[in-house]
Amino acid sequence: MQALNFTTPPPFDAGAEALRQDVREFLAVEMHDRTPHQRASSWSGNDTGFSRKMGERGWIGMAWPKRYGGHERTALERYVVLEEMLAAGAPVGHHWVADRQSGPSILRHGTEAQRQQILPRIAAGECSFCIGMSEPDSGSDLAAARTRAQRVQGGWLVRGTKVWTSGAHRADYMILFCRTGAKTDPKSGGDRHAGASQFLVDMNLARGGGMTVRPIIDMRGAHHFNEVAIEDLLLPDDALLGQEGDGWNQVTAELAFERSGPDRFLSAFTLLVETVRALGPAAPERAAVALGRLTSHILALRCLSRSVAGMLQSGEDPALQAALVKDLGNTLEQETVEVVRLLVDVEPSEEDDGPPLAAVLAHLVMTAPSFSLRGGTREIMRGIIARGLGLR
Amino acid sequence: MSDQLADSAERLFAANTGKAVVRAAEDGTFPQALWDAVTEAGFTAALLPEHAGGYGATITEAMALLQIAAAHAAPIPLAETMLAGWLLAQAGLAVPKGVLTLAPVRLRDALSLRRAGDCWRLTGIASRIPWARDAAAIVVLAERPDGPAIALLHPDGVTLDHGRNLAGEPRDTITNDAILADDAVAPAPFGPAQLRAAGAAVRTVQIAGALSRALSLSVQYAQIRVQFGRPIGKFQAIQQNLAILAGQAAAAIAAADMAADALAHGLDPLLVGAAKARAGEAASIAAGLAHQAHGAIGFTQEYELHFATRRLWSWRDEFGNEAEWNGVVGRAVLTAGPDGLWPALTAA
Repeated sequence: MQALNFTTPPPFDAGAEALRQDVREFLAVEMHDRTPHQRASSWSGNDTGFSRKMGERGWIGMAWPKRYGGHERTALERYVVLEEMLAAGAPVGHHWVADRQSGPSILRHGTEAQRQQILPRIAAGECSFCIGMSEPDSGSDLAAARTRAQRVQGGWLVRGTKVWTSGAHRADYMILFCRTGAKTDPKSGGDRHAGASQFLVDMNLARGGGMTVRPIIDMRGAHHFNEVAIEDLLLPDDALLGQEGDGWNQVTAELAFERSGPDRFLSAFTLLVETVRALGPAAPERAAVALGRLTSHILALRCLSRSVAGMLQSGEDPALQAALVKDLGNTLEQETVEVVRLLVDVEPSEEDDGPPLAAVLAHLVMTAPSFSLRGGTREIMRGIIARGLGLR
Repeated sequence: MSDQLADSAERLFAANTGKAVVRAAEDGTFPQALWDAVTEAGFTAALLPEHAGGYGATITEAMALLQIAAAHAAPIPLAETMLAGWLLAQAGLAVPKGVLTLAPVRLRDALSLRRAGDCWRLTGIASRIPWARDAAAIVVLAERPDGPAIALLHPDGVTLDHGRNLAGEPRDTITNDAILADDAVAPAPFGPAQLRAAGAAVRTVQIAGALSRALSLSVQYAQIRVQFGRPIGKFQAIQQNLAILAGQAAAAIAAADMAADALAHGLDPLLVGAAKARAGEAASIAAGLAHQAHGAIGFTQEYELHFATRRLWSWRDEFGNEAEWNGVVGRAVLTAGPDGLWPALTAA
């Protein structure tokens, strides 16, 4: 077994620290009237104005080539912006998926025209994406997807259903994963990953024209998820992203991109902040020990996450390391909720007239189960880790 | 660290450690050949500035050597000699050759120095001193009327009671009543809190090494042990457990990085505390999972897993356990307050 390799993260240089101060100054102004409850939404919070402002400052598409609207900054500099945004609970949701994975996917697999058409708009904070992967009968088992795109005159005719599609009701684009070729049976020696492709779907055209988006309300009463019914949606030829039939490889790369980012362990940070506020400096020893433990975990995760960012910057493919960070990160986020609730004398409640901590706690209690499901379930992450260890 | 240095360290420890050496050490035979090899390779001097006998290694490189030693369960006071030399050099005292160790290591032990003519009299009990019985000199931190001092103590000046930790490493109690010459004493580069932090930092690095060994033994075992017609590593339950173990190994690697960083930049208690606490927690989870993966064979003296797990169980408790250090971190966090929390974490 190879030793787990996490190269020591490079230190933040003066440029990165100056950037950090810039971001903090920006946030001090933009976030000053955001309530803790609003901040608790973390990267699920949507604000088109905020995203545009970030785009104006060059904080989206930071590592992309300038000719596509990017800024050719390093992965570590990008990391500074991401973690400052997440720690503040900034509403980065509008551009988050696009910046994190859709844009990099287009950069890697897209045609020159697709890159020119879309990437500058993402970098400007004016283009949002949703992820068309999961279906009613295929979640973790993505290869079981049945949505199909059939070659027709002038393009592709798509039929099928996607589900749990966050933001499909307002996204500008979807990257759709579907079948374009024969699905070969592994029992007869075929590859069940073959015959899938990805498409760039213009959602502003698709919604109401072959695609019906129905909200799925979550148990908190919030609308993020959707069911997307696709019935004879015609996509133009140039909607194909990458190679026909290469969808599986493309999607695997896309999924790996930000498994290791700070969004994988800072989702509950607002809760930690509000708990520190509520307890105050004279809190009892047991509270100090419990908060110290959560902090120790955050610091260790930040070190690992930065290490992976550095490895990605060096052109490595740290799939094992990224899965490890996500697994540890989700666990910490969920533990934060369970630890903190026993330190404070507050009933979780999102009722308007309650104390901020009550609302933040209620929000986190009711969203925490999703942390180890979204972006790859805990069980799948551990399977990926086991594979990386050489066990499967 | 350069791959070359890491490879040569791996080779050195692979050639000079192994079950027989570790067992013999536990039975009371100091591993002289291993110690000589390590000394000759310069590892014991890795934390020293060049003018004091070092060779220009960074703290990160020195800690990487220590981590490799720990992964091989090298039963030698490498950490202690490195750290003791480092302290002496900072205090401007000459670093003697041979085995060095430090005192005190327990939170409630305190040694004191009082003027005795034109010499100093050192008194006090320091318990569980690593390898005191084998030391050429013991570097002590003691309280003088005008503040903490560092002194070089020769073993003839102490009464020694032998002891061992769970890992079978020598942990001897020294009762002091010694006279030290003026030139053997100097103002300390730092006080008891930082000494404890420095000890915690090296133990963190050692935990990372032993944990990586526990992981690799467990993965190897899962690949070769066959039950129900296949290697046990093919079962999801085993895979998931080993994935959790790998997560703790990763956390320990991060903790070791943090510890090295802390050693290089003034031993910030928030950073050291987070590192030691996280490593201790990782050690605890990992030791349990490693034994679980091995079944009964892992529980035997013959099989080598216990060389790693007993070290994990010992080192997690030395220089402060998780409760102590998480308390330090937590109090720093509460003091920083809600708006100071994130800046404090990014500055650590």
